[in-house]
Amino acid sequence: MSEKYNEIPMAGNIIEPGNSKKYLTGGWRAQRPIHNPAECLWIKNGACGRCWIFCPDMAIRLVEKDGVRSYEFDYDYCKGCGICSNECPTSSITMEGE
Amino acid sequence: MEKAAVSIKDMLKKDQILSAGHRMCAGCAAPTIVKLMGMALRGPTIVCENTGCLEVATTIYPYTAWEIPWIHVAFENAAAVASGVVEAMDVMREKGRSEDEHVDVIAIGGDGSSFDIGFGAISGMLERGHDIVYMVYDNGAYQNTGIQRSGATLPGQETTTSWAGKVEPGKRQRKKPLAEIVAAHKIPYVATVDPYHYRDFIKKFRKALEVEGPAFIHAFSPCPRGWRSQTGKSIELSKLAVETGIHPLFEVIDGEEWIMSSPSKNLKELKPLDEYWATQGQFRHLKDPKWDDFKKQIRDQVSHDWELLRKRCGLE
Repeated sequence: MSEKYNEIPMAGNIIEPGNSKKYLTGGWRAQRPIHNPAECLWIKNGACGRCWIFCPDMAIRLVEKDGVRSYEFDYDYCKGCGICSNECPTSSITMEGE
Repeated sequence: MEKAAVSIKDMLKKDQILSAGHRMCAGCAAPTIVKLMGMALRGPTIVCENTGCLEVATTIYPYTAWEIPWIHVAFENAAAVASGVVEAMDVMREKGRSEDEHVDVIAIGGDGSSFDIGFGAISGMLERGHDIVYMVYDNGAYQNTGIQRSGATLPGQETTTSWAGKVEPGKRQRKKPLAEIVAAHKIPYVATVDPYHYRDFIKKFRKALEVEGPAFIHAFSPCPRGWRSQTGKSIELSKLAVETGIHPLFEVIDGEEWIMSSPSKNLKELKPLDEYWATQGQFRHLKDPKWDDFKKQIRDQVSHDWELLRKRCGLE
């Protein structure tokens, strides 16, 4: 937040929905999730996705483009809670110290 | 009208209603619950919220994590505000100031604002019959203000206003059966859900949106900070709560027809409560043999409630 007093919207309104994306919570993390694609069901056949469903910080990106699936953590927002690693049915996600 | 997204392929296509960068604690299940709620939405939606963790941590000025219209007024009145929103939308449509044919209104409250403080407002909303879905995310105490005991706190749970020590084993009273109380208002739809059984969650939420008139959803939301549990275990704990009978999954239609949902129905027998207590620091004191009698009381009460529920659902 670096706006001056006369640049802030009237009455302190927040005009842009979902602007919390500008606030990075990755610094909270003590443990970092590491993904191993060998056994991952998403990479193999585009199923499962439990890590994405349960991630409370929307910090997992599952992308499918032209039949090629990729998997990525968004370390800007991941708080390192370890839910993805705990819920993974094939233990493809391990937690490592930062 | 958009379909509810139940498979991962559909879920990935659906717009998320809560963005990243919110400041809920690591491992909190409430953002997951909101995410699952978003998967069930069918069109334009307005969310009204009570004060609580979710309200405070998702909207710290100058940021908001909500991607859909959202309003907060005071601690207790999300249900009343939602009633106002429904009426206001009707008037705006009459005057030609809104083009949306139908707008879904959802009210969200934590357990403190729903079980205790805002209970009157909810009851009023149910009686007036406004077309609203009220969802409570139940984390078992006023976690936001420093883990004070609420009506949803489980017996034996230690909080900062029900300390465990030489004389007391934490909270002694039972948990308020809110879903059953709400069902007694004879409203069209009441359901209990948990984030682990996410397909069940989304289907029930969609049903709640589709019925005419008020609907109520009771979601179980583990809180690693207040429960002294591991952050990664939150979703697993909600599964364990279903398996131990602490949070059985059921639906009530028109206050009369009780249906047990399959995750609960498929249980041959309940898991021992000790398994649930062992996962959380807030029940640590119960290991002391001097609380054995108290523990037996809780076990008896949970199994009694379970039997009663099975009977109501016509399973015996």
